[in-house]
Amino acid sequence: MSMNVNLESRQNLSEASFDGKKDSFVSQYDDKENVIVHFVSRKKLKEKFKVGGVLDNEQSNNWKAWLYLAPVLILMAIFLIYPLINTIVISFLSNYNYVTGDFDGFTFDNFGAILGLSEINGARDNRLIDYGFANTFILTFVTVPLAIIIALLIAVLLNSIKWFQKVYQIVFFLPYVTNTIAIGMVFSVLFEDQGIINYIFGTDITWIYGADRWTAMVPLCIYIIWSSLPFKILILLSGLQGIDKQYYQAAKIDSTPQWRVLLRITVPALSPQILYLMVTSFIGAFKEYSSIVALFNGPGTSTGSYNMYTIVYYIYDNLTLNTSLAAAAAVLLFLIILVFTFIQLGLSKKRVHY
Amino acid sequence: MFASSRSLDNRKQYINFYEDKDIDVDVSIVIKEGNKSVESIRKREKVSSIFLTIILYIVVTFLALLMVFPFYWMIITSLKNNSEIISANQTFFPTIVMWSNYVYVFNHFHFVNYMVNTIVVAVFSTLGTLITTIFGAFAFARLNFKGREGLFMVFLMTMMIPGEMMVISNYITVAAFGWIGEGATRMDAYLAMIVPFWVSVYYIYLLRQTFKQIPNELYLAAKVDGKSDWSFLWKVMVPLAAPTLISITILKFMGTWNSYVWPNLVANEDEFRLISNGLRGSSFVDADSGRVEYGYQTAATVLVTVPLFLLFVFFRKYIMRGVGRAGIKG
Repeated sequence: MSMNVNLESRQNLSEASFDGKKDSFVSQYDDKENVIVHFVSRKKLKEKFKVGGVLDNEQSNNWKAWLYLAPVLILMAIFLIYPLINTIVISFLSNYNYVTGDFDGFTFDNFGAILGLSEINGARDNRLIDYGFANTFILTFVTVPLAIIIALLIAVLLNSIKWFQKVYQIVFFLPYVTNTIAIGMVFSVLFEDQGIINYIFGTDITWIYGADRWTAMVPLCIYIIWSSLPFKILILLSGLQGIDKQYYQAAKIDSTPQWRVLLRITVPALSPQILYLMVTSFIGAFKEYSSIVALFNGPGTSTGSYNMYTIVYYIYDNLTLNTSLAAAAAVLLFLIILVFTFIQLGLSKKRVHY
Repeated sequence: MFASSRSLDNRKQYINFYEDKDIDVDVSIVIKEGNKSVESIRKREKVSSIFLTIILYIVVTFLALLMVFPFYWMIITSLKNNSEIISANQTFFPTIVMWSNYVYVFNHFHFVNYMVNTIVVAVFSTLGTLITTIFGAFAFARLNFKGREGLFMVFLMTMMIPGEMMVISNYITVAAFGWIGEGATRMDAYLAMIVPFWVSVYYIYLLRQTFKQIPNELYLAAKVDGKSDWSFLWKVMVPLAAPTLISITILKFMGTWNSYVWPNLVANEDEFRLISNGLRGSSFVDADSGRVEYGYQTAATVLVTVPLFLLFVFFRKYIMRGVGRAGIKG
């Protein structure tokens, strides 16, 4: 490590004094700095050497850095990069057997099969077309916007109270610290035929076992929203606490109505957090699986039924028996998520204020 | 003294503060419209703000109760008799407190076995994650190498890839290693549940942000003193980043406690299962009536939930900070 003070000012000087002269080294007295400066090179200094006035020329760091990264890179290569490529390859293989690794060549039939266009094992599989895709999209487009709106309202309420704010904050965070399976099973008790929900509302609806597909969506959506609220409230509340109070004071002087303040000040000021939540929750909601297992203990509301199927459920169901089909569904899911993420990021360019 | 607002304009009056005889004048301005005085407006505002605050607290309390209701119901149900649970008249407190539900669950549900499995997997996957995360974050935050920023961007982008893409091939990989399938031992099952989760890009990102806040001068000073990168990392950076490391440890631990999908795939014997799989995989159906024994089932869910709550009680600050960090940009 060598010290090298104030490289920038020298560089400026050198440009000024050379003035077309070639191959001549000039020494010059710099009256500002009170030093004699020797010019030894006409080359422009590279940007990366100007680190806080200290020259870090220890390039031997290079191999050491890769050594530090080695465990991460090796593990990622085995369990992230290779699987990613391998899954895409498998999705194009026909009659692939994951134990032996045998296959009969390349085909597009796997994608056709999961879309119900071509036959597989002598029969059409319409479970994804009938239930899987629709359920995945319904769950996503119902739970994500609703959860974000509810979380925003709760965060605004929490932010406007003075006493016990911390206590309430902790209470609203509680659902985060739970086991998805355990609380899902509790929800299925809440929504039992003879359960508390039917008792309170005086209804006699079958929500869980033997329920109609659309009725069963209600407890499922409620459970997903309930368990996703704490994270969103936490993020939005920390965002709210960072907003400059001046905006609210200005609105108060103009006696702006509260809903206008919410829509015109709070939401735009929170737009980075809302975008973050949108992107992450959309990705999460497309992958809904555990909550369905927790609530229904299977892919449908009754034995042999698949009316609660989602894309991810299909992937796990077919992983060992029809590996190629599962891989094709995974690739499709990846593409859907990719498209939605880019749409959101594209839209956000106009709407998000940093 | 100021009888009306008009009198203010006509004649100017000065209060002489040096003569204290006529200073105790009641100053009140009456605005003609609606006979409102400053006091009455202020009073009304105060009343309405108190009223608003009360409504606000009622609403917030109601919502908070809704949030915790499932927990309340879980505990209540776990202490109820099964006939009381499915009776037409729901009770908000058990008429007979059935501690025996817990005794039954402890005897029939391999809770201790599942818990030991979960703790072993959680400890070792957390340790591995901490090591890779510390090394990775150190390289990205402090060391110079070609393509650092580019590689980091690639790392961040991998967070967008759904895990399902990897699960399929990882299952095949783990099977090829002989960690699952016929003849897989407990050790193999543990390895299958631990090793694939030793790297977390999100935690590397989190720790890198913390490492970046440690001033460059400390690093340079350590260099001048002849300290190596290695000892600087362990003697300076890791102790300074302790809060973040605690957050990562607890979140990882909670993640293992919560994990269902992967352990469900790879732990093919009941005794290798983790807590979530054990819970979902256990049957609480009464052999005689064919009904689900909700008392036993919820007692088991309480047992699964309580350790997480204890963790939350003791490490609330770290959990909320670790989770909340995600939303703050930069």
